[in-house]
Amino acid sequence: MTKLGQWLCGLALLGSAWAALALAPAGLRLPAPYRQALLPLPVYLLVALGCYSLATVGYRLATFNDCEEAAAELQEHIGAAREDLRRRGLRF
Amino acid sequence: GGDKFSVLLPTYNERENLPLVVWLLVRTFRQSGNNFEIIIIDDGSPDGTQEIAEQLEKIYGSDKILLRPRPRKLGLGTAYIHGMKHATGNFIVIMDADLSHHPKFIPEFIRKQKEGNFDIVSGTRYKGNGGVYGWDLKRKLISRGANFITQVLLRPGASDLTGSFRLYRKEVLQKLMEKCVSKGYVFQMEMIVRARQLGYTIGEVPISFVDRVYGESKLGGNEIVSFLKGLLTLFATT
Repeated sequence: MTKLGQWLCGLALLGSAWAALALAPAGLRLPAPYRQALLPLPVYLLVALGCYSLATVGYRLATFNDCEEAAAELQEHIGAAREDLRRRGLRF
Repeated sequence: GGDKFSVLLPTYNERENLPLVVWLLVRTFRQSGNNFEIIIIDDGSPDGTQEIAEQLEKIYGSDKILLRPRPRKLGLGTAYIHGMKHATGNFIVIMDADLSHHPKFIPEFIRKQKEGNFDIVSGTRYKGNGGVYGWDLKRKLISRGANFITQVLLRPGASDLTGSFRLYRKEVLQKLMEKCVSKGYVFQMEMIVRARQLGYTIGEVPISFVDRVYGESKLGGNEIVSFLKGLLTLFATT
């Protein structure tokens, strides 16, 4: 199954479970407090996921390593390379 | 005999950097004692890259420096296929020729490969002490944001999908090249996704990516759009 397929299946499962419980006819309903909590759940989940995403990306951005030493080392290596290659007869 | 490592270097206008990256590769491999060859696939660069490649071939020998040029820019995927046809190693290293990737990480890739008998070892900028030099906040944000979306949608089992510094078993790369159809950043992503589909194992090594080109070549809206299109295609088809 493709990733899209997995997502659609998952959403269909959760969606139908929520619809069955939240929109049930009068005789089969859950007690009122449970229904009140259940109805806005999809929106709450969406907002929660949005916050999680922002926090995760923000954290990863803040901890993205800056390779100062790597850049400095590369400059040294470039110098050594040019010198050695010149000695070996390379015409830049 | 033992293992041999073929380094594929597709080049376009790398006259300045090519001798430097070749010098670093030769030094790295001589120090580590691994058998190697460097295959330079130049796509008809107008700046004389091929000429300087010929000089390098004379200096280091045609058994170590293999020149396999092409008449014009024909794309990265076909450059790999073309290069592999001439590769006599049982492992292939792919990397950028502009010094953003430092050959010093190759022995670490090799060590990692042996450690876990991996089919692929991927350099990652996002884990451990991997990282980037030369990117401003905006570029880093785009990078992390794109990677996050990719992880959520594709759950690929590798932290750096758009990286292009990797070690492959030769037959694994050959198999993957048959199956991959995307271009650009998405091509590198597709390789990892397909590899997982085919049951290949992937190890990771943190690398530093030194971007000396970013100032001249900003990441444009076009590239972001085509990246998203490619990502959604992979999402819907794999």
